[in-house]
Amino acid sequence: MSVTFLGMPATRPFPRNAAGALRDSQLRFNLRKATRTIRAKRASVVAEAPDWAELREAGRAIKEHTLRNLDRYLVRLEEAVTAAGGHVHWAADAAEANRIVTELVKATGETEVVKVKSMATQEIGLNEALLEHGITAYETDLAELIVQLGDDRPSHILVPAIHRNRAEIREIFAEHMSGWGRPAPENLTDDPAALADAARLHLRERFLKTKVAISGANFAIAETGTLVVLESEGNGRMCLTLPRTLISVVGIEKVLPTWRDLEVFLQLLPRSSTGERMNPYTSMWTGAAEGQEFHLVLLDNGRTGVLADEVGRQALRCIRCSACLNVCPVYERVGGHAYGSVYPGPIGAILTPQLRGMGSELDRSLPYASSLCGACYEVCPVAIDIPSVLVHLRTRARHPWPERAGMAAAGWVFERSGRLARLQRAGGRLRRLTPRGLHRLIPRRLPGPLGGWTDTRDLPEVPEESFRAWWDRTDGGRR
Amino acid sequence: MSSRDLILARVRRALAGAPDVEITRAYRGPSQTPGDIRLFEERVGDYRAVVHLVDEAGVPERVALSLAGRGARRVVVPAGFPPRWLAVADVEAVADDPPLSAADLDAVDGVVTTCAVAIAETGTIVLDTGPGQGRRALTLVPDYHLCVVRAAQVVAGVPDAVARLAPARPQTWISGPSATSDIELNRVEGVHGPRTLEVLIVD
Repeated sequence: MSVTFLGMPATRPFPRNAAGALRDSQLRFNLRKATRTIRAKRASVVAEAPDWAELREAGRAIKEHTLRNLDRYLVRLEEAVTAAGGHVHWAADAAEANRIVTELVKATGETEVVKVKSMATQEIGLNEALLEHGITAYETDLAELIVQLGDDRPSHILVPAIHRNRAEIREIFAEHMSGWGRPAPENLTDDPAALADAARLHLRERFLKTKVAISGANFAIAETGTLVVLESEGNGRMCLTLPRTLISVVGIEKVLPTWRDLEVFLQLLPRSSTGERMNPYTSMWTGAAEGQEFHLVLLDNGRTGVLADEVGRQALRCIRCSACLNVCPVYERVGGHAYGSVYPGPIGAILTPQLRGMGSELDRSLPYASSLCGACYEVCPVAIDIPSVLVHLRTRARHPWPERAGMAAAGWVFERSGRLARLQRAGGRLRRLTPRGLHRLIPRRLPGPLGGWTDTRDLPEVPEESFRAWWDRTDGGRR
Repeated sequence: MSSRDLILARVRRALAGAPDVEITRAYRGPSQTPGDIRLFEERVGDYRAVVHLVDEAGVPERVALSLAGRGARRVVVPAGFPPRWLAVADVEAVADDPPLSAADLDAVDGVVTTCAVAIAETGTIVLDTGPGQGRRALTLVPDYHLCVVRAAQVVAGVPDAVARLAPARPQTWISGPSATSDIELNRVEGVHGPRTLEVLIVD
């Protein structure tokens, strides 16, 4: 089987990416500011819902039930969409999905498409695939626009340009908007309202004239064939309603059994993602709405592989709210690029290695990109136990042998207090034998495979006497 | 083997032997009681939409005042919007018949509509292209949207709204004016959708 593509090449391992990101003080400042803002907003609107725990439990159970019966619900969805005048396509992997969408766009004779922010199309690298066939895809979500104009990569599920501050965004707009269409206004300031207005002007003409749109979907209702997209700006509505042809690329795990299930997810998602009681706009349509030509592309791309893992499959419950990113101490410090996937943060650390496999050093390192503090599990609106999945995946990507040998040795020593005491005495004696201190004999960076330990840690100094030995000798300081 | 059959076969293989899951709905379901108008008013206002509470007799006057305050001259009026509500307003009513082009819609000063249902707890109005609402683009392209909500249309929470709505109809759930949180995760009103949303609650 070919390696599943996830929108970015898997290159260096996470610790090396993280080390680079940590040196970028501007990035750390931007992330700290943004994640703190959103954390506070989420916490206040979640506290406001008296039945949050019950909603979360229902959300978990509905998603789990859906996954357990996924074949049945996918067939049901197909029937319902088809009955409502839509066309359903099935794509086993990224290449097939890109091929299907490219053919559909070519059939319209158009060479330009507008896009609603979609993780699925990011994941399959659709824009690049379309460009190879002479089709230009214009991102219309403000953050995606910032990423596209800046020739950058997304670093957050909800706000792909979270790593950029207003001054950087102003610069990107002023410099690059002219290359993609209407230039930025003269004297553009870095006031967020002015930046939003510049985006409105830049894309207005494009919305009114483009004939084909591509979207993803937050939910697809099997019972009725209804697709649901939540958004804020109205770019989604523009793409979903104005063009003659609409193509939606949707992961197979996005299906929900019944219309009624929306009463749960339309409460869980907005409060968890943007920290609002409700997002400004939600669009719902069933098949060929208002005479539009509608195509639904159902995407596997590694998802059925994840489904086969009894522990790991819960990652497919994810509704892409990004609450886990916003609370993660690791994500807050290193940002999204370090994860080398369109799915960063805690959910990315369990989703990416499962979708893409553990063939690369990066993907083997992702289950370790966590302190297992559990904040992600606590905020997850569908109760994905991310720490447990991380630990489960670690058993499939074991530490290098020197680290395992070291841990085994430490385990042996700590097993009996006598062993520890003897080792501590030996350390103290060794220290006295070397007048300049034992630590002088040991280089700051251990050689060979042991270097992995000292890269991120300082070796402790060996004390002359252990606390236990001191206590025994002085009777707790009384002698 | 088609990709459809391949994917379905992979799903079935992956799920072999997996137990089913019980769904417990212990959260607040449809409440059967009317939504709190004051709460709706407050929550719509939280999104920085303009809100007015009026009685039935006061609607024409309030509509006229709002449109005049906005300086709106040409206003899209969808089929089924009660004509008496526009009786006093000094505007040119533009009908969507024959259907207006996107450029036509971009050139008008605003749109007036009714709604299908409104949610007090979240300050949301839902349009389902029913009478007085028109197709989805009518409330999207113009920069100003005036929506008249009858008190009886206000429900308590999201489950009440879902129960009232028909999935076969295209829907737009609107909570305040167009906004974005994409710059430093701070909310800014006014991107691609109507930058001004005005809601009249008729009680």
